[in-house]
Amino acid sequence: MNKQTPLYEEHLADGGKLVDFAGWEMPINYGSQIEEHNTVRQDAGMFDVSHMTVVDLTGERTREFLRHLLANNVDRLKDSGKALYSCMLNEDGGVIDDLIVYFLRDDFFRMVVNAGTHDKDLAWLQKQAAAFDVTVTERPELAMIAVQGPKAREKTLPLLSDTVRDAAGELKPFFGVFDGDWFIARTGYTGEDGFEIVLPAAEAVAFWRQLRDAGVRPTGLGARDTLRLEAGMNLYGSDMDESISPLEAALGWTVAWEPAERDFIGRAALEKQRAQGTTQKLVGLLLEGKGVLRNHQKVVTEGEGEGEITSGSFSPTLQRAIAFARVPKATGDTCQVDVRGKLLTARVVKPPFVRNGEAQIEL
Amino acid sequence: MSNVPVELKYAKTHEYARTNDDGSVTVGISDSAQDQLGDMVFIELPEVGQTVAAGEACAVVESVKAASDVYAPVGGEIVEVNEALVDSPETVNQDAYGEGWLFRLQPEDVSEMAALMDGDAYEVFLASEAH
Repeated sequence: MNKQTPLYEEHLADGGKLVDFAGWEMPINYGSQIEEHNTVRQDAGMFDVSHMTVVDLTGERTREFLRHLLANNVDRLKDSGKALYSCMLNEDGGVIDDLIVYFLRDDFFRMVVNAGTHDKDLAWLQKQAAAFDVTVTERPELAMIAVQGPKAREKTLPLLSDTVRDAAGELKPFFGVFDGDWFIARTGYTGEDGFEIVLPAAEAVAFWRQLRDAGVRPTGLGARDTLRLEAGMNLYGSDMDESISPLEAALGWTVAWEPAERDFIGRAALEKQRAQGTTQKLVGLLLEGKGVLRNHQKVVTEGEGEGEITSGSFSPTLQRAIAFARVPKATGDTCQVDVRGKLLTARVVKPPFVRNGEAQIEL
Repeated sequence: MSNVPVELKYAKTHEYARTNDDGSVTVGISDSAQDQLGDMVFIELPEVGQTVAAGEACAVVESVKAASDVYAPVGGEIVEVNEALVDSPETVNQDAYGEGWLFRLQPEDVSEMAALMDGDAYEVFLASEAH
C-alpha cells in the first residue's frame, strides 16, 4: 500500500492521474503534462511535494556537523534563512543524495532531502550526527507545496498570513522565512521564480484550495520532471547516485574545495579523482531532428566511445527532444544517440535549456 | 467513463480498426490508450505501399512519457497515412477516433477482423487490465 500525502483527496478531485513514486501515490499529471508545464513557464502552477523529507537538525554543533557532512560549505550561509544546495557524499565520493539546507540559527538548520532516499538518508544522518551531539528530527507532520512560475509570488502572497506577507514578499532568491509552523522559501525546481512552502499537514488542503481559487494550476510530477530538465537541474537516481561523484555529474560547482582544511566526507576520494581527472562528464543534448530522447539510450561519440542518457524527454518549451547524458570526457560538439535502433545526431550543449521562460539554447 | 465506440473493433494492444465502405480499414489507437500515454509529441507512420502482417509493429506513437509501438490489427497493404499528425501529434489526444487516425490499410484477409474484440469485449478487457 503506497503512502498518501495530505493532498491525496485533492489530487483525485482535481482529476490527477496517480502513480507510484518512491512508495507514494502521487499525481503524474491532471490531464495534460504539456499544458501544466507551459502554465508554470507562463503563469503559475503548484506541486504537492509533501513526499519529500523535511529534517530539522538541532544542537550547538550543528554548523560544525554540516561542515563535515556536506560537500558544499555551510559557512557560505551567513544570514538567517539562507539556503544552500549540496551533495551529501559517501567516503568514496559517491552521492548519497542531493539536498537543500537552510540556515536558521547556529543551533538550528533545516534540510529537505529526496523521498526516494528517505531511509538511507535518515540512517546516514543519524550515524554521522552522533559524534556531534546533533539531534536529527524528521518532520512527517509537515506538508510541502511548491508554487512556481512568473506569477507564482503575486498569486501566493495575498494568501499568506498578515504576519509574514511582507517578509515573504521581500525574500531574496534562495532565502526562507518562518511564520509559526509555516516556512516560506523562495526556492524551486523549475527554473522559474516562486515559493516552496512547508506547512502543517492539517492546513495543506485549505491552502491548496486557496491557491487553486487564486488561479494556480495543479501540476503533476511529469511536468516537474520536464521543467527541471529544461532548467538544467539534476535528478537524484537518474543523473547521479552513489557510484557517481559530483565531478562526473556536472555538480563540481557545488563542491567547496576551500578552505583546504575542511575535512568533509568524501573529500579525499574527490581530491584523488580531481588529480587523476575524470573520464566522463555530464552534458546537455539537443536532438537535431525529430524523435524523443529517453533515459538509458546509448550515446556514441565517434572515436571516443560510448555514453548514456541519464535524463531525456521532450522539451515543451523548445519543442525538441533534450537530455542530460554521461559521455566520454573528450566528446565535442556533437554525438549520436541510439533512438530505437537508429543513430540520430544530437548537439552537445551547456544547460540550462530554459530559464525564466526564455530559451537559453539556440535551436 | 472510457470512450469506446461500439461500431469499431479493437486489438489487445489497444489499436482500433474501422471498416470503411470501400473495404479498407482505418487504424488508430483507442481513447483509453492515448489517455494512458499522455500528451503525444511525435508520431512515426508507416510507408504507403508497405505490406504489414497482423500483429506487426508498423508505427510509433511517442508521448512525453514513453514511446509505444502500434501494431497492425489486421494484415494488408498500407494505402494512406495521416500526414497531418507529423506536425500535430496532439490530434491523437484530442480526437483519437476521428482526426487522430494513424493509417488506412487494404486488408488481405478480412476474416482477421473477426479475431478482434468488439466494443463490449474491449470495455471488459480495459476493466480487467485496470486491476
